[in-house]
Amino acid sequence: MEKSNSEPMVAVSVKNINKKYDKVVALDNITFEANQGEIFGIIGPDGAGKTTLFRILTTLLLADSGTATVDGYDVVKDYRKIRRIIGYMPGKFSLYQDLSVEENLAFFATIFNTTIQENYNLIKDIYQQIEPFKNRKAGKLSGGMKQKLALCCALIHKPTVLFLDEPTTGVDPVSRKEFWEMLKKLKEQNISILVSTPYMDEASLCDRIAFIQDGHFLKIDTPAGITSQFGEKLWAVEADDMYKLLLDLRSNPHVKSSFTFGENHHITVDNSLTMEDLKKYLSDKGNTTIQIKEIQPGIEDAFMQLTENKQHE
Amino acid sequence: MSEIVISAKELTKKFGNFTAVDHITFEVSKGEIFGFLGANGAGKTTAMRMLCGLSYPTSGSGTVAGFNISKDQEKIKQNIGYMSQKFSLYEDLKVWENMRLFGGIYGMKEQDIKTKTDQILEHLGFMDEKNTLVRDLPLGWKQRLAFSVSIFHTPKIVFLDEPTGGVDPITRRQFWEMIYEAVHSGITVFVTTHYMDEAEYCDRVSIMVDGKIEALDSPKKLKEQTNSQTMDEVFQKFARKATRNAD
Repeated sequence: MEKSNSEPMVAVSVKNINKKYDKVVALDNITFEANQGEIFGIIGPDGAGKTTLFRILTTLLLADSGTATVDGYDVVKDYRKIRRIIGYMPGKFSLYQDLSVEENLAFFATIFNTTIQENYNLIKDIYQQIEPFKNRKAGKLSGGMKQKLALCCALIHKPTVLFLDEPTTGVDPVSRKEFWEMLKKLKEQNISILVSTPYMDEASLCDRIAFIQDGHFLKIDTPAGITSQFGEKLWAVEADDMYKLLLDLRSNPHVKSSFTFGENHHITVDNSLTMEDLKKYLSDKGNTTIQIKEIQPGIEDAFMQLTENKQHE
Repeated sequence: MSEIVISAKELTKKFGNFTAVDHITFEVSKGEIFGFLGANGAGKTTAMRMLCGLSYPTSGSGTVAGFNISKDQEKIKQNIGYMSQKFSLYEDLKVWENMRLFGGIYGMKEQDIKTKTDQILEHLGFMDEKNTLVRDLPLGWKQRLAFSVSIFHTPKIVFLDEPTGGVDPITRRQFWEMIYEAVHSGITVFVTTHYMDEAEYCDRVSIMVDGKIEALDSPKKLKEQTNSQTMDEVFQKFARKATRNAD
């Protein structure tokens, strides 16, 4: 990769990190950089290696080989320094269930030698949403409120880099949306954010994303960059009986891939097939109310194309 | 109109002064995929527990698979399947042992269990994993196996409670293709999910807000009615009206 002088400052730098658990390869030669003030998303399913990567970067786990820095500090040598300057929200709710909302926040502020008042402006927007429940025990909060409290606790010492491991898993769509709006505001305060998620639709909310599967990074780019490299014609097809339609699409040799997308199926086709050909083919098979249109690929289309290509390598 | 397999009339559940489910009325037809959506705390789980024969309504009535939810709870349990992300299979039992256990619980004959176990494993391409402990299977396989087990006793209706969290998009689609296949064989699917793109797979969806059903129609019509591009937009428009705080 070419380097220019006007390159943005690097918040997280990872070089050739490997990690195995017994024989299972959790991370396989991972290399990437996340810039300061950037929301960098790590997108992939359960078991892909997201949490292992986060634990290495937050100095809770040692890699087998490779190096990594956070804000310029080495994750092995400078672990004490890193722990003071980062915020970490683990995937599993890790606050004290039997302390109240306010007590949890005060506790984390004290640990980092600060006070709630000192950095209140940073958490104000988020904290105000849970303040009416400040005397409630953390264990009694709903999923969305727990998540907001955990974010407040991770922010109270004004970290420079924030690590969020699947912050929105199991959270309903309204709370998820609110959460991403909060992240955007934090980014404006120049906090660098590394966030992992299994939700493809959240990828488009990141500045750059890395797709991870089976310990490999499949691709690193901006969301727009990833979809622009799709490089194939993509059609959306629907008919009255969607299951029959799917089977019939798969029986057509010119259809290269076919995936269900709810109200329609997304297919890639070779260039010799026209929409009219396909419509006739499907109609001859007994499908009714057939509609075919060309569409732009989304993040999920791109992810599936990359994983399929990987399997065929 | 085809046979009605789930019917709820003014179904209500109160806990003390709190009305968790507030006079909900709807019907589900045989062979439908019915999406039951709502924010955390909207009352979905409470409603689903009543439909599955695990909790009595405070008022209102309902039938599931032809049985009264207030009187025939045991009959209902025998005639439905249930799967959730949180609990589905025993991790420390082998694949075939799980199938035998669930088949036995639902009163199937030993020979039928054996035949069906092989049929299903063959169909899923899991024959080589017959003797594998469930905890050693990848998550996507577990989900597909869990779904097969939930319909092992050929129930009329299967309830899926957030069935597909955490898997990659391809695995998630393999799962939905299994659902389509089950529906083709005449099973009715009642599903809750937080993935709004999955709501698009449903024939009809309902959206619960503060214990009430605020919207009920096909995804296409709901999008038209609310002038939205996606089900996520539809959901945001309804669910943001909530005044109740979750829990």
